[in-house]
Amino acid sequence: MQIIVNTVVLASLYSLIGCGFVLIYRASRVVNLAQGELMAMGGYFLFTVAMGLFHDPFPSLLGASVFSLALGFMVYFFLMRFMAGESLFAAILTTIALGILLRGLITLIWTSQLWHPLESMGMKNASHGLIEDAVISTFGIVTIFSALLLYLGLFFCLKFTRWGLRMRAVGENPLLASRRGIRLHNYYALSWGLAALTGGFAGMIQSCDAILEPGMAVIGLKAFPVVLVGGLDSLVGVIPGAFIVALAEIVAINYISPQASEAAPFIVLLAMLLIRPWGLFGTKEELERV
Amino acid sequence: MASTSGYFKTSYRADLSLVETRFRRVWLLIFIVGLVLFPLFGSPFLLDLASQVFLSLIGAVALMLLTGFAGQISLGHAGFIAAGAYVTAILFKEWNLPFWLTLPASGLVGAILGVIFGLPSLRLKGVYLALSTLAMHFIVTYLGAEYETRRGFATGIVIPPPSLGSLKIRDPRLWYFVLLLAAGLALIFSVNLVRSRSGRAWVAIRDREVVAEAIGVKVPFYKLSAFVIGAVMTSISGCLFAYYRGFVSVEAYSLFLTIQYVAMIIIGGLGTILGAVFGTVFVVLLPYTIDAIGRGLHVPARFTTYMFAIQYASFGLIMIIFLVLEPGGLVAIWNRIRNYFILWPFKHKPLGS
Repeated sequence: MQIIVNTVVLASLYSLIGCGFVLIYRASRVVNLAQGELMAMGGYFLFTVAMGLFHDPFPSLLGASVFSLALGFMVYFFLMRFMAGESLFAAILTTIALGILLRGLITLIWTSQLWHPLESMGMKNASHGLIEDAVISTFGIVTIFSALLLYLGLFFCLKFTRWGLRMRAVGENPLLASRRGIRLHNYYALSWGLAALTGGFAGMIQSCDAILEPGMAVIGLKAFPVVLVGGLDSLVGVIPGAFIVALAEIVAINYISPQASEAAPFIVLLAMLLIRPWGLFGTKEELERV
Repeated sequence: MASTSGYFKTSYRADLSLVETRFRRVWLLIFIVGLVLFPLFGSPFLLDLASQVFLSLIGAVALMLLTGFAGQISLGHAGFIAAGAYVTAILFKEWNLPFWLTLPASGLVGAILGVIFGLPSLRLKGVYLALSTLAMHFIVTYLGAEYETRRGFATGIVIPPPSLGSLKIRDPRLWYFVLLLAAGLALIFSVNLVRSRSGRAWVAIRDREVVAEAIGVKVPFYKLSAFVIGAVMTSISGCLFAYYRGFVSVEAYSLFLTIQYVAMIIIGGLGTILGAVFGTVFVVLLPYTIDAIGRGLHVPARFTTYMFAIQYASFGLIMIIFLVLEPGGLVAIWNRIRNYFILWPFKHKPLGS
């Protein structure tokens, strides 16, 4: 039972991180390897806002979200905009370099010390008993519900709003979209902003649930198996992908060894590449075949 | 090569020669003599730096062959290095095998890994290939970590200096020459490889795969050969790395190591062996340079704890600067400066040359 609860919580966290990744990939075909660092930045923004401005949880979360969104926009306008039209490899490398830069800045600004943003908001992460001695923490529940809310919100926005429609158009065919008067840069920037926001939100929750340290960016790496299993260009696919990867990881922790949990998501990734390289819900044409 | 200097090739021998013009031959000779004489007056610290450059050079050249020439994106370079180091460590710990057996064994395991993880490249391209090599890195380091904990070497595996016959390689100067020889061999091998049939086939695959296949390049064979050659060279450098450090631990083979190697070929300039050399020197010396600048500016002691973060951040920043402003890397800058002097006093090449 505990395994199922842990899997659901971890899968929710992964789907929060993975959805930002898919948003960027769908809009601009750039693979963002700095997603983990964007996530860590969210946690640090929350900590800073909670320490300096408000001491209540909700205004702090809101403030940190604004900062995360702004970070995403800045990343696009000051960096990724210049990579438009460059080779795929160059764009990927730029995101890697961005990740290193962000990680360096995090250690410079907040040092590599461990922080507890929860304490500065005056809250405790209580654990609640569920059926059959399974335990879940408060922020575990928050993770699940925010993932649900986020997906509902994104689905609604992409399907029924004007900018959602435009964003899908940009992803489908940038040339036609720009001919119809859609400002491409704005929508690419929006995808980066949303990715930083959702990733940052994952970081905020994770930093409350556990601790805040620069190493938490490593979690972001596991977003790649998640999105690849679901299909790189499929938002819906992130959810089953997250469940499969989270299950593999939790099972590896419980039955093999804690170290195996680091490799388990990537073994799932390799298996998926062998069977269905385009993922569960991805479009087959999307795959760059040889 | 641009031969605006009035150098004309008059025989096939001259066309095949590795080093053109007497000017270059003389300077290369002076450079090599300088490298050989360097240990006589270099301090131990400088010797260590030079040895690190030579070690990294082997891996960087291998990655350059794979990514810069064959065009196959790999994010699993640290995995190959870890594989070489762990093969060395395990063979030594379990069967006490000597250096001259662990070195080829590392190469062999590298070759096997190269085939296994080169196979996806026959079906996949771009992002998908990069992610599959990333998966390889995590699996190899996991196996290494599992070995460490299972056998009780949780803090790492200590390896004594290697010996060839009665000669024990322990002295830093001896190490310097061994690594210089290894790096030199790797360089000569690569330079010759890229101007042979394999190298031309790789470049054809990199530039346009369909055309390469149409003109008769065996694409699967040459893709796999790029992976195998890259992996073998990298694993051997991993083996040497294990002996040089005398210590194998999983923390040394993090993703950051891969990123460093990728940075070497990016900063140096993709698609040239010279670029790998420039990039390696740059990336290996960068943290020490920043350190030296920090000491030169008399940074207060309380800031020295930030040194690592500063190195990290500036590494990312420099990578970004090169990617955005100078995609050709250091080689492009070098060529520009050289052309300036070759063409002087003119500003541009004459029309039609």
